[in-house]
Amino acid sequence: MAILVIAEHDNSTLKGATLNTITAAFEIASKTPGSELHLLVAGRDCQSVAEEAAKVDGVSKVLVADDASYEHQVAENVANLISQLGKDYSHIVASATSNGKNILPRVAALLDVGQISDITAVESEDTFQRPIYAGNAIATIQSLDSIKVITVRGTAFPAASIGACVESNAEITNIDSPASSDLARFVSEEVAQSDRPELTAAKVIISGGRGMGSGENFSILEQLADKLGAAVGASRAAVDAGFVPNDMQVGQTGKIVAPELYIAVGISGAIQHLAGMKDSKVIVAINKDEDAPIFSVADYGLVADLFDVMPELQLKL
Amino acid sequence: MKILVAVKRVIDYNAKVRVKADNTDVDLNNTKMAINPFCEIAVEEAIRLKEAGSASEVIVVSIGPKACQEQIRTALALGADRGIQVETADYPESLNVAKLLAQVVRDEQPGLIIMGKQAIDSDNNQTGQMLSALLDMPQGTFASEVKLEGDKAQVTREVDGGLQTLSLNLPAIITTDLRLNEPRFASLPNIMKAKRKPLAVTSPETLGVELKQHSTLLKVTPPTERSAGILVNSVDELVEKLKNEAKVL
Repeated sequence: MAILVIAEHDNSTLKGATLNTITAAFEIASKTPGSELHLLVAGRDCQSVAEEAAKVDGVSKVLVADDASYEHQVAENVANLISQLGKDYSHIVASATSNGKNILPRVAALLDVGQISDITAVESEDTFQRPIYAGNAIATIQSLDSIKVITVRGTAFPAASIGACVESNAEITNIDSPASSDLARFVSEEVAQSDRPELTAAKVIISGGRGMGSGENFSILEQLADKLGAAVGASRAAVDAGFVPNDMQVGQTGKIVAPELYIAVGISGAIQHLAGMKDSKVIVAINKDEDAPIFSVADYGLVADLFDVMPELQLKL
Repeated sequence: MKILVAVKRVIDYNAKVRVKADNTDVDLNNTKMAINPFCEIAVEEAIRLKEAGSASEVIVVSIGPKACQEQIRTALALGADRGIQVETADYPESLNVAKLLAQVVRDEQPGLIIMGKQAIDSDNNQTGQMLSALLDMPQGTFASEVKLEGDKAQVTREVDGGLQTLSLNLPAIITTDLRLNEPRFASLPNIMKAKRKPLAVTSPETLGVELKQHSTLLKVTPPTERSAGILVNSVDELVEKLKNEAKVL
């Protein structure tokens, strides 16, 4: 049997999260005798994605479904395709991104199986670990279904490498697409434009909380971010206060990140925020309240007024 | 048009989560329970649509032991019109919940179904999407704005890179994200009034739904604790540590 991995892409390039998901799928494959990895690229005019995907180490076959109905990853159409294709696989694996979370449970229901969401470790071919209660507990769950439908928390697995073994380029096969549905129609998309890296892919993240005081003050963080090539994030409190948009939110209800360096500025450290960043390699907290819970997870804490120390930090880093 | 809202009884989001000493599950004894926050946003959205004249009735459904009637009453106090409890011994897995809800939808024929994008206990984020698949209805997940226009719903969704807008044929399923609205508080007179609103109790057997086990919970453990590091006294010291000790710069 083979494992089907769902590629995430924008019709021109493969998204980084897919590489982490491939590593997780490879771990499952190594515990499932006689299995190999197939990668599905469903999109429109997405040949360049398929060519890139074929070079990812560990992938033995790339399946391409090129159809106008997949251009915007509308769940009704993509889930139909995956569920038809998926009947012949032991596992169907996707990234726990907003796209994977949107599509995969629909696939599971169409196949009449459960889904194991957001896995952070693979124990065997059917047993996985996943965080529950916002990461306050870790569940070990065994799937009883014949087809295991799984989403992967990208920060828990390293990225698979591309093109390390050149001769092992995967075979690319074009596949037919089932008839599309018109239940849901794409209208428009508003993608935040930024030269900074995406939060989930950044090596350094600087996040601001309610202590920033206003949306304008986030420019202090942006200046430092540009100097370090970092992404800018925010706590839910800063989003709720209307300082910044929700796609910047790091936390249980926002994005889960695990960069090399996470700098929390004016963030108290509510459980819901910690759930989204506590796997970062090094955490720095700057807060004027020395009792703020953020200091209990920070490697380096600086008790100070952020407006005093951030300009100095920017000069000295 | 009727709107159906599903709500789940979960641990209060402010309560501390404790793992049982024998690592079999989380200990919920004597823990404050509440409506799942995302479900509360779903209730609020349905009530606002009714207040705007877009809906005639708001029906709230909860699945679980008798205690979940408390959360149905809370939703009724917020303004829902009637409740349905599907009585189960435990809290079923997502696909089973979706199958039970699908049967309630077939019976009630709502024009719109609103539910939370995920429950803050199991953090699965599955049921709305599964229900959509079972009913062959369109889904608008992680919604931050909902507009009803004739026989369509225009839903703006929170996606990783920003926002996406879809047009869904009704009946449709919408799952809520945090920014969709800010739920109101129930007033005392409305809490009193809610006690007299109708609440029907049904069961998987009556609905004709067979529950199937799809997974086994083997173990629940506390997460590995991250220990606190050190406090530095100045920006200079911080920069020095980051460069020479942590070596991340």
